[in-house]
Amino acid sequence: MRTRRRTRAGQYAALLAYLVFLAFPFLWLVSTAFKPPRELGSLHPTWIPRNPTLDNFRQAFDEQPLLDAALNSLVAALGAAVIAVLIATPMAYVMARHRTRLAKAATGWVVVSQAFPFVLVIIPLFLVLKNLRLINSVPGLVMVYVVWALPFALWMLVGYVRAVPAEMEEAAAVDGAGKVRTLVSITAPLLAPGIVATALFAFISAWNEFFFALVLLKTPEKQTLPVVLTHFLGAEGVADLGPLAAAAFLATLPSLLVFALIQKRITGGMLAGAVKS
Amino acid sequence: MRTRWLTALVAGLLFAAASGCSGDGGGSEDGRITLRFQSLAWQKESVDANKELVREWNAAHPDIHVEYVQGSWDSVHDQLLTSFEGGEAPDIIHDASDDLADFAYGGYLADLRGLLSERLKSDIPQRSWETTTFGDGVYGVPFLQEPRVLIANAEWLEKSGVRIPTPEKPWSWGEFRTITDELSDGDGKYGVAWPLKEPVSATLNLSLSTGGQLFHRGADGKVRIRFDEADAVVPRTIHDQVNTDASAPGSTLGSGGSDTLPGFFGGKYAMVPLGFSYRQQIVQQAPKGFDWQVLPAPAGADGLAQGVSPQTLSVAQDSPHKKEAAAFVDFLLQPRNMVRLALGDWMLPTGTEALRDPALRTDEHGWAVGAGLAGRLRSAPAQSVRGYPEWKDKVATPAFQEYYSGAIGVGELRKRLVEDGNLVLARYQR
Repeated sequence: MRTRRRTRAGQYAALLAYLVFLAFPFLWLVSTAFKPPRELGSLHPTWIPRNPTLDNFRQAFDEQPLLDAALNSLVAALGAAVIAVLIATPMAYVMARHRTRLAKAATGWVVVSQAFPFVLVIIPLFLVLKNLRLINSVPGLVMVYVVWALPFALWMLVGYVRAVPAEMEEAAAVDGAGKVRTLVSITAPLLAPGIVATALFAFISAWNEFFFALVLLKTPEKQTLPVVLTHFLGAEGVADLGPLAAAAFLATLPSLLVFALIQKRITGGMLAGAVKS
Repeated sequence: MRTRWLTALVAGLLFAAASGCSGDGGGSEDGRITLRFQSLAWQKESVDANKELVREWNAAHPDIHVEYVQGSWDSVHDQLLTSFEGGEAPDIIHDASDDLADFAYGGYLADLRGLLSERLKSDIPQRSWETTTFGDGVYGVPFLQEPRVLIANAEWLEKSGVRIPTPEKPWSWGEFRTITDELSDGDGKYGVAWPLKEPVSATLNLSLSTGGQLFHRGADGKVRIRFDEADAVVPRTIHDQVNTDASAPGSTLGSGGSDTLPGFFGGKYAMVPLGFSYRQQIVQQAPKGFDWQVLPAPAGADGLAQGVSPQTLSVAQDSPHKKEAAAFVDFLLQPRNMVRLALGDWMLPTGTEALRDPALRTDEHGWAVGAGLAGRLRSAPAQSVRGYPEWKDKVATPAFQEYYSGAIGVGELRKRLVEDGNLVLARYQR
């Protein structure tokens, strides 16, 4: 009994240590965002700023078009998430329910495509988008993000579809429901948490993406947040640390908000994906 | 039916691709030219200075509109490479001279020799032009540069009674080692802290003062590496400060310049070798009452000579308006404008006329010391050596890091830099 209690205490301690480890960068970022320059250069840094200031936020907004960049990021990330899910869901359904050779080959290709480095595809992609007059346009960037998110979204969704028992669809068919009715009324609600989790994945990866946005967006008014954040960095890694931390803190907020709002659905989605019929 | 849809879709895409091939070349129907100027300015004063200059140009030149585009140092090489390949590069490009070689040899940058005014050509010294000369062409205008200096805790130095060096009477490397030893107490206080996250360029650039060249171009035009006694002075000084005298902490060897500032302000280190522009961070972050000063880096057999890779302005080879772009560069680098840019970036201008400006000769914040060093700045030794980036990353960086931390001796350092290094360079010079 005592051994079990000790084991449990150890588990909690490990969990707590892990949570602290995960939270550390974010908490330090928040702390830095509110510190004046002299505290940033202190040999004995403190968690709580001694003289908290909003100057870093003011400076960040003064120097860079953060709101425009946030809006661009939001449009790109939401667009990518919605379109990726709309395309991936029916594809995933087909791949999960009809295990043909083609579906297997497609799955293999999806996995392999994840191994392509960005630099390998960026120049051909750039040329294609240029010819389509989609350089320096957020819709062009959305297209790239959709293509980039699709393989993994598809892979995730196939797992979720497989977790929905095919017997339920068969039972609905026996009860007289047509294919569309079965998909809309039976499969879709069960698949919803998985779709939300997949959309969230696509959203976060597009929200944080830097390289494509850097190369494809030319003018300041089109740039996204990750690109604008690098404008606080100088040569050889020198940084305007206060405003950078303030801007980075603001950039993390939407992801946190989205997570907080749909946390329950994600958990449900993950569990659904984990269960095999 | 399905096939017909597919055919229509493919045809549509091909049409769109074909129609997208024609660009407008930066011109417009009313004859107004638009030039894109990608700047890497990042500090507020510097961005403001650049934007103001663009505004002034646009006000004075209604027919040639310059559009300011913000770039970033962190990713400029990849971003430019893609833009060049895609034919979408900005007309006027801000970069550093050590990043230009590949672009120049790749034919992406315009040769500026016939485009620049005589005033600009003669205002910038030949030693600065050498940093942007590749083969027969000149592919950028060097306009801002920074020497590595010693930022010192003035109170500490004054109390210790050591001789304070000036550009006229600098410390020798031997004297520097003795002084840092004297300033250390062996109990957590060090005479110097070396931030050597990027050990290669720091070592090579400082080694010019002792006559170190490392890269030697032979009669056949090929570059070979030699590590002579002159090349060993600076590395050996640093190595001995860390490993023999304990006058420099080993813990900062992997740090960037900014990382050492808290220890400097906290009184752990008497001096930190940093780029001249770090003064801006020091002004911002130093605790109230902290007394600091700028000292020249130590001198060797070749005096205060030091390697630099200046910031540059180039014109894209694909730009349809090279003459206008060069005119804008000329405007941006008028002496009074060069001073504004230099003050904004806390760096030194390359232009002789700008360098004479009283604002850059003041004792405040060590400007005068920097200006006193300007005449000794040379092209960084590895500037135009093809294969240098690979040698630096794969061979030299780990070798210097291990040497400075005491893991290997100077013999092994020499062996790796020379033997492994020449194998790397040979691949680029076949």
